[in-house]
Amino acid sequence: MSKQVENVRLHEIAHARAGDKGNRSNISLIPYNPAIYDCLLDQITEARVLDLFKKKGASKVTRYELPNLPALNFVIDDVLEGGVNSALNLDQHGKTLSFFLLTLLVKVPADLYKSKKN
Amino acid sequence: MVSSVVHIGCGAGFSGDRVDAAIPVVATLAKKEGPKYLIFETLAERTLALAQKHRRKDPSHGYSPFLESYIRPILKKCHECGIKIVSNFGAANPKGGAIKIAEIAKETGCNDIKIAIVEGDDLLQIMSGADIQNHPTIEGLDIGDNEVLAANAYLGARPIAEALQKGADVVVVGRCTDPALVLGPLIKEFSWAENDWSKLAAGTMAGHLLECGGQVTGAYFADPGYKDVPNLANVGFPLAEVKSDGTLIITKAENTGGLVSAQTVKEQLLYEIHDPENYYTADVILDISKVEVTEVGLDRVEVSGANGKPRPDTLKATVSIDGGWMGEAEMSYAGPNALKRARLAIDVLKSRYRDIGTNYPIRFDILGTMSVHSGDNEDITSSHSYPEDGDYRIRVATCGHEKEVIERINQEVLSLYCSGPAAGGGFRQHLTDQVQTASILVDREKIRPKVNFLTGNV
Repeated sequence: MSKQVENVRLHEIAHARAGDKGNRSNISLIPYNPAIYDCLLDQITEARVLDLFKKKGASKVTRYELPNLPALNFVIDDVLEGGVNSALNLDQHGKTLSFFLLTLLVKVPADLYKSKKN
Repeated sequence: MVSSVVHIGCGAGFSGDRVDAAIPVVATLAKKEGPKYLIFETLAERTLALAQKHRRKDPSHGYSPFLESYIRPILKKCHECGIKIVSNFGAANPKGGAIKIAEIAKETGCNDIKIAIVEGDDLLQIMSGADIQNHPTIEGLDIGDNEVLAANAYLGARPIAEALQKGADVVVVGRCTDPALVLGPLIKEFSWAENDWSKLAAGTMAGHLLECGGQVTGAYFADPGYKDVPNLANVGFPLAEVKSDGTLIITKAENTGGLVSAQTVKEQLLYEIHDPENYYTADVILDISKVEVTEVGLDRVEVSGANGKPRPDTLKATVSIDGGWMGEAEMSYAGPNALKRARLAIDVLKSRYRDIGTNYPIRFDILGTMSVHSGDNEDITSSHSYPEDGDYRIRVATCGHEKEVIERINQEVLSLYCSGPAAGGGFRQHLTDQVQTASILVDREKIRPKVNFLTGNV
C-alpha cells in the first residue's frame, strides 16, 4: 500500500520563532500537529538548514530535539553578519529569519497534513 | 507562613515596550490573594552602554529613560494593593532610578514607600579597564585594547530576594539575569535553598517565560490564517501563578487581547535558548529538555518538567566598547521600469564609492525584492525574478570609525536626486553612534552584590 505524500512548505505545518545572542541565532520549529514531528526529524537536518543560511555566512548548525513539546531548536552560528551591534542588514537581530526557515519544503503524509488543515 | 500561590505579572518585556501594558496587569493582580509582584524587564545588551554615556554626561541620569513612563501610571495602585515592583530599570544608575521613583511616589501620594537599590554589577567599580580587557571573550568581539565604556556582570536572584525580605516595596536593579526578576520574589516567598536546583530551575523557567512580556501571550506570534490572535492591538501581558513546589501556570491580564496557548508558550520557552539542557544563569543551570506544556483552561497553560543543575562558578558579564558609526541612506524608484532604475542607481553608487576609495564594508539592498533574508554580498535581482514595474527602494548601509567617511557615503545617495537615474525620490538617511559588545566570564567570588535602601528626604 503506498501512502499519499504531499510536498509542502514548512510554513503549512509548523511555526517558528527566532532569537539572537551575539552573532548566533536560534530558531525553534514547532509542528502544529505533534504527529508531524517525525517528518521534521527526518527531513529538517542540520545540513539542510546550514545550506539554507550559508549565503548569510552561517558556519555551523546544531539541532536540538525536544520530543516532549514536540519541537526542534536550531542554533545557527555566524548567521547574523555581525549581530545586533554591527550587522549592515536591516534586520540586525535576525528576527525575520524564522520565516526564512519556514520556506523549506517537506514531504508529509497527506492524512497528517489534512488533519492540521481540518 | 509560606504562601500557597505567588502571582507575578510582567509590565514590560524590553526597553521601549508599551507604557500602558502594566495597567491591566496591575488591575488583575489587585484582585489576587497572597503575595503579588510586578516586574519590568527593560535592559538589553546595548542599553547599558548608552545608559553609562548618559550618566557620564549627568551623574543623576543613567537609569532607564522609560522608568517614569512605566512607573507613574501604576505606582499608587501597586502601593495600595501590596503589589511589589521589581525591575532592572536601574541600568547604569540604580540609585538615580530609586531617587526618581521616590519623587514620583511623593507626587502621587504614596507614603512610606520602601525603595531598595541592588548594586554590585558594575565591574568598573571593582577592576580596571585593563583587567577587563584581559578576560577572554566568550561571545561577540575581541575587546582588544579598546576603551571599556561599560562592563556589567549579570547578578542573580539572591540580592533581589534579600531586598524583599528586608521589606522593599520597589527593588531597583542594574544588570541582573532577566529571570532573576521573577526568581527573586519566589525565593523570598518560598525560602528556596541555594542548592534546591529543581525549584530554582522552575522559578527561572517562570522568569524566562515572563521576561519578554507579550511574547508569551500572542505578541511576536500572529500569522493571519495560521496563528490568529484576537485583539492584538491590546495584547494582555502575562502573569505567572507559581506554587512552592515549582508548579507553574502562565496566564494573562483580564479584559485584554492576545491569548495564552500551548503554541504561544512553546515559542517563548525556546526563545533565545541554545542548548535546552544547559541554559546558564547566575542561580542555576536550567534544563528544559523534558518540559511539558498543557492547556488547562482558557488562556491558562501549565508548564512542568524543568530540571536544574548546580549553578556555574562564573558569572557572565557584558562589556561594551565604542563601535564607531553606522550610516544608512535610502531612495525610492517607482512605476514603469523602476527595478532597472534602482539597479542603475546602485551601479552608479558602486562606481562613486570605488572612486572615493573607501575600504569600509558597504551593503546594498533593493527593498521590495529580497532584502532582510539576503546575505551582505548576495546579488538578489540576478538570481530571482521580480517585476520590472513596481515600488522599489534602494538602501545603502555602512559602518566604520571615521564619521566623515560615513557621511560622504550617505551623501552620495542624496546626490542621486539630481545626478542619478530618473525620478529618484524620498531620500532619508541615518547616522548612528554604535556600541559593540562582548561577553566575558568573571569569577563569582569577585562579585559582591549590595542591597541598600533609599533613605532620607528626596
